Parts: sequence; structure tokens; C-alpha cells
Amino acid sequence: MSFALPAISYDYTALEPYIDAMTMQIHHTKHHGTYVNNLNGAIQGEHGGSLKGLSLEAICRNVHSAPDAIRATVRNNGGGHWNHTFFWTIMAPSGTSSSAPNGALKGAIESSFGSVDAFKEQFNKAAAGRFGSGWAWLCMDQSKKLFITSTPNQDNPLMANVADQPGLPILGLDVWEHAYYLKYQNRRPEYIAAWWNVVNWDSVAKYYDEATSGKAPVLEVPLQ
Amino acid sequence: MQLGLRLLVNGWKQSGFQHFHQGRSASSLEQVRCVHSLRTGEAAGSGTVDETLRALSVSATASASANVNIQLPDLPYDYDALEPVISSEIMRLHHTKHHQGYVNNLNNALNTIHSTDHVPTLVSLQSALIFNGGGHLNHSILWTNLAPVGKGGGELPSKDTALMKAIENNFGDLSTLMSLMNTAAAGIQGSGWAWLALNRNLRRLEIVTRPNQDPVVGAYTPLLGLDVWEHAYYIQYKNDRAAYLKNIWQIVHWKDVANRYEAALA
Repeated sequence: MSFALPAISYDYTALEPYIDAMTMQIHHTKHHGTYVNNLNGAIQGEHGGSLKGLSLEAICRNVHSAPDAIRATVRNNGGGHWNHTFFWTIMAPSGTSSSAPNGALKGAIESSFGSVDAFKEQFNKAAAGRFGSGWAWLCMDQSKKLFITSTPNQDNPLMANVADQPGLPILGLDVWEHAYYLKYQNRRPEYIAAWWNVVNWDSVAKYYDEATSGKAPVLEVPLQ
Repeated sequence: MQLGLRLLVNGWKQSGFQHFHQGRSASSLEQVRCVHSLRTGEAAGSGTVDETLRALSVSATASASANVNIQLPDLPYDYDALEPVISSEIMRLHHTKHHQGYVNNLNNALNTIHSTDHVPTLVSLQSALIFNGGGHLNHSILWTNLAPVGKGGGELPSKDTALMKAIENNFGDLSTLMSLMNTAAAGIQGSGWAWLALNRNLRRLEIVTRPNQDPVVGAYTPLLGLDVWEHAYYIQYKNDRAAYLKNIWQIVHWKDVANRYEAALA
């Protein structure tokens, strides 16, 4: 039993012109594909016994207690597999989902940040300000309030005792250079601004609802 | 009353970087020693550092003229000189955008530091110094570590040089060194560098890695750096970091590495 690379529900060209097709293809098949392969390697390897049968979410939540010999591998590749599986679902071709948050999600954003614009500004700052590789996140904390954080490399807010500000992610943005360099080169703020055009607010609303019941995003995590 | 800040960084002298700043009123001096283990911290992620810089840059401009003007060093060769190993597009972006960005941000951070004696602010600028000071140092070394083929690029050090003898003592032979450095560089998660460095305490060559732009300082002198930030190779090699690392050795300027080694031993 091992993890499989999940399919994306839209074509590689579908997020153009905001995210280019070549980036989508390489990002999915090479980067995400490698995280899946490396995670499987760690779990099938001699130290991976305690991880067999764990869900991807559980693997992330319990990175801190993975066996010493494979902890870094599990953190980087388990995190990478979860993060990218999540990432493909919070995007959609421009115009195919709600173009802005509404309902309870909108209310929560306004109550936590003042306005949707103020939220975006703060999120942009976190995404642009993450030095090196990492992710920016919108999360829910234990008191059901929304907050923004960023993590380095492939860490995510599910990782207890690893993430600075743990929480339940409902929206995330990959700011590793491989996510934008082919089209935007060093111009990360331009990539961030463009990305808002392809955010799938219906997915984010679904994850918001799940988070209000204390659940992490429910993802399709295929097995081989 | 302004606090003068003298910035002294161990080991930075080797790369020709030395920055001293005399405060406007030298009532007290603060010595900031950057050690290689200094973590970049999470502050940048929340935008705190940027907010601070923005808020203070206004007062910095108002209170005194900018007195820090670190310059981007020129490349010792044309942007296309390292082709086909590294494309001119990458060299141009890497130098004029990424390295220039570190220089600009470093100047901003230093000017802000010099304009205030508010300790929480000074402390919060620590990560900006490491990111951008480290970025400036690392790339300044990198450009001289590389050379066009025919102008030293790829020319192996001769057997009787101090560097070659040290390489043989520490690693057996040159191809083992290259292989070990590539393994170290390939294994870096996220952004960072692999370095051949002199451990001055133990008088031996070591391979060390650093995350992000953390500089090689303290007891180590950096000699040769492999930049594995994706911006260093992605346009040309995409995700194939291994192919980039295999090729880079064709343009390593061993004479520069030897010069750095000999200077470090002195």
C-alpha cells in the first residue's frame, strides 16, 4: 500500500494566463511526484513501520514523532505531498468558481481582518515576506478565529510541535520559486497578485465549514 | 541622541567584505557578531520586519542622509560567458535582480539600524541582515568562484598546489570531493547552498551546507559555493537539480578557490 500522485481536476493549461501550463505540468508530475515517491520510499523502508497505514493527515500531524532516521524525509515529503494535494484543490480555472468569498466564510474573514481587501493585503505580505522556500496559509485556530501564517520549506500548520502557529489550513499558496519562476522569474509579488484570479473560493468555503467542526481539510488521497 | 553601530562579522573579511560604520555620536558601540548558526527566524513570514523597515525608512530619510551605500559588484565576465552551463538569461536575472535585491535590502536595513536606538526594532532587523547580508556575501563569492571555459573555468588545480594537497588529504581525490559536494547540494531541502570551506580551527577542508542565505562565518572560511536556490538553475534545468550540479564543475574557477584557501590559511 503506497500513496499515488493525485490527478488534478483541470488541465495544465486551465489556469493560464495566471499560472502557465509548463509550470503546472512540471510542478505536478516532477515536484509533487517526487514528494510522493520519496514519502513512499521512507514508509516502505526499514524505519517506516510505524507510519504504515497512517493517513497523510496523520503523518503530517505526527511528524515530530516519526523515527529519527526518517523524520526529515517524512517532514519534507509528507508535507510536500499534503501541501500540493491541497493546493491543486484550492485553485480552479478563472470564472469556474465563486470569484470571492461569500456567506459564513466572508463573515469570518471580515471579522478576523476587517475586510476581504485587508485580508488579501496581509496574506500578500506573508507570502512575499517568506524568505526562501515555503508557503503562506489562511488557517483557523482553536477559537474558530482565522489567522494568516507562513511556513518554511514543506512544513504546514498541521504539524504539531513543528509549525510556529499551528491551525487548520483553509487556503494556501506555494511560494517556492518552482511555483512561479518560469513565468514570473524573481517577481514573486506579481505571481501572488495573479494567483488570486484562480483561487477556488468554493473549495475554501468547504474547508472553512470542515474547520468549524474541528476537521482538517478532507482531501482525496489516492493509494496505489 | 543616535546610537552608533559598529558591525563586525567574523570571517567576512575573507571575501573582501568589511563594513565599519562610525556612529554620529559614539556614546556607545554595539558589536553584532553573526554566527553561522544564526537562524533566520519566522519574523519575516509575518511581515513584521517589512513593516518595521517601512515605518522607519521615513524617519531614516528625514533624520540623516543615507550613509550606507553598498554596491553590487560587477561580474568578472559577460552575462553569456558561462554558456552553455548557465544561460545568459539566468546570469542576468541572478545578478541584476536577485543579488541587486539583496544589496538594496541590505542598504535599507543598515540605514534603518543606523537611524534608531530603539532596541526592539534593532533586534527585529536581525533576520533582514542575515537574509540580505548573507545573500550579498554569498553571491559576491559565487561570481568569482565561476569562470568561462578558457579563462580558468574547469581548469583543475595542479597536483603540487596547497589546495590540491588539502583536497587529497581530506577527500582522497577531486572527483570524490565533487561527488560529495553534489550529494550535499542535492540533499538541501528548499533553498540554500553547499560550500567547500576551511575549518580554520581544525585546519581542514569540510563540506558544509547552509539554508537560505545564511552565511559561512565563525570558524569557517567559505571557498567554493554551490547555489541551489531554484532561481540559480530553474529556467534552464527545471527541476533537474542533479543535471545542473553535474555541469557546474565545467566552470568552477579553481584558481579562485586556491587563492581563497591560501588567504584563509595565512
